[in-house]
Amino acid sequence: MTFNIYDFTSFNRWIDEGLNSIMSPTWALITEMAIIGIVFLLFYAVVGLFLVYAERKVCAFMQNRVGPNRVGPYGIFQTIADFIKLLMKELVYIKDSDKLLFNIAPFIVIIASFMALSAVPFAKGLHAIDFDIGILYVIAVSSLGVVGILLAGWSSNNKYSLIGAMRSGAQIVSYELSVGLSLLTIIVLAGTMQFSEIVEMQRNGWFIFKGHIPAIIAFIVFLIASTAETNRGPFDLAEAESELTAGFHTEYSGIKFAFFFLAEYMNMFLVASIAATVFWGGWMPFHVSGWAGFNTIMDYIPPLVWYFGKTAFIIWLMMLFKWTFPRLRIDQLLTLEWKYLLPINLVNILFMAFLVLMHWHF
Amino acid sequence: MNSFFRYFSDIFHGVKSLLIGMSVTGRYFFSPGQIVTQQYPENRKNLQMFERFKGEVIMLHDINNQHRCNGCGICENNCPNGSIEIISARITGEDGKSKRIIDKHIYHLGMCTFCGLCVKNCPSNALGFGNEFEHAVFDRSKLNKVLNQPGSSIIKGVE
Repeated sequence: MTFNIYDFTSFNRWIDEGLNSIMSPTWALITEMAIIGIVFLLFYAVVGLFLVYAERKVCAFMQNRVGPNRVGPYGIFQTIADFIKLLMKELVYIKDSDKLLFNIAPFIVIIASFMALSAVPFAKGLHAIDFDIGILYVIAVSSLGVVGILLAGWSSNNKYSLIGAMRSGAQIVSYELSVGLSLLTIIVLAGTMQFSEIVEMQRNGWFIFKGHIPAIIAFIVFLIASTAETNRGPFDLAEAESELTAGFHTEYSGIKFAFFFLAEYMNMFLVASIAATVFWGGWMPFHVSGWAGFNTIMDYIPPLVWYFGKTAFIIWLMMLFKWTFPRLRIDQLLTLEWKYLLPINLVNILFMAFLVLMHWHF
Repeated sequence: MNSFFRYFSDIFHGVKSLLIGMSVTGRYFFSPGQIVTQQYPENRKNLQMFERFKGEVIMLHDINNQHRCNGCGICENNCPNGSIEIISARITGEDGKSKRIIDKHIYHLGMCTFCGLCVKNCPSNALGFGNEFEHAVFDRSKLNKVLNQPGSSIIKGVE
C-alpha cells in the first residue's frame, strides 16, 4: 500500500483491489458505498458541529466578547454538549399539523446538502463521485433543500412558519439565477463542468487570477447570491428571529431542529467549498506560471490544507457578512437580485465570453 | 442618462459603505485585546470594579470612624420599597441642648433595588455605593445590615 498525502488515487485503488480480492465485485461495490456513506456521515457531523462552534466564536470576537469558553479548553466541546441536550429533548407533536410532511421536511433539507457534498473534490482522487456535469449536479441538488423548507413551513400549521417558508421560496428562486449565472461565467472560461478538470486547469494559476476582472465580479456575485441561497447572514428572512420567532422551524424541537441547524451550516460549508474549488483552485496549491522554484515549495503543502484553508477563509467572509450587515427587507432583497445582481451577471458573462474569444485571459 | 449614472453610483456607494462596515467588524475580530468581558471566577483576585458600580449602599466613614449621618430619616422616606429603617436616639450636647443622633441605620439588602434614591437625596452626603457584589448568603437575616459602624460618631459641624 502506498499512502500518499498528495495523491489519494493509489490509496483508493488499494482499497478497491483489496475488497475485490476477498469478495465478489457486487459486494465489493456495496461495501465501498457503505464505507463512503459512513465517512461522509462522520465528516458531516464533525464539520457541522465545528462550524457551529466557529460561528459562535467568530461572532463573539467581532462583538468584543469571549464566546463559549466553559466546556472543554476554549469551549470546543460546547456544541457537542448542545447536541446531546438536543438529542434528549422531547419531539413535540403539533396539533393539526400534516404529520407526514412535518416529519419528512428535515430529512429533505439534510439529504439535499448531503447529496451536494458528494461531488466536492477534497484532494486529488478524494471525491465520492466525479460527474462530467459536476457543477450542474451541485446546483440542481442543492436547490432541493428549499422543498424541505417549504414543506416545513406549510405543514407546521403556524402562520410564522408559513410566512418564513414563502419568503424562503421567493428568495431561493430568485437567487438561484445569480448562483447559476456566476458559475456559468467560470464554465465559459474553463470549458468544462467536471470538478476534477476544473481544479486541474488551475494548475498554472487560479481562475480568479486567470479570468481577472470578470472572474472577480463573478466571485463577488456568487458570494452574495450563495449567502442568500443558504438563508444566512443579512438574507435570513426565512428565519428572521426578530420578526417571525424562528420562521420555518418555529415548531420543530429536539433532533429535528438540530437537523435544520446542521443543514444550514453544512450548506454554508458546501457553498464555500464550491467557491473555493471554482474560483480559488480547490486543493490546487498557489502556482505562478514560470516560477518553478516557488511552485515546488507550494507543492509541499498538502492539498487538504489548501482546500480547507480556502474554504475556511470563505466561511469566515460569510460570517463577517452575517455579523456586520442588518437584515434586508423582502422588497430590498428582490431589488438587489433583479435590478443589480442579475443584469451585472449577464453583462459579465458576455464580457467573459468576449475575453475568452480574444484570448485576453492568462 | 442621469438615472444611468445614478445606478452605478448607487452600486459604488453601497459597496463602499458595506466595506466600511466590514472593516469595523474585521478590526474587532483581529484585535482580541479589546475584549471587555470579565472572566469572573478566574480573575476574582485582581478584579477591579468601577467607581460608579452600584454594589450595595454603604455609609461613608472616615479614618476616625466618623460619618456624616444625623439620622434625619430622608433616606427612609425616599426608599420605594422600605429597605431602610432609621432608629435615632437623643443625647444632650455640650451646650446642654437635646440633640438627635443616629442609633442604628438598618439596611435590608435583600429588598434593595439599587435605585440610588437614598444616596441621591441624602442632604449631608452620608451614603454612598460600595463595590462589593458577592452578596450570596445562606441565611436571609444576614442581609439585614447596620450601616453605621459600632462606636462611630458624627463629624462635627455636619448636623
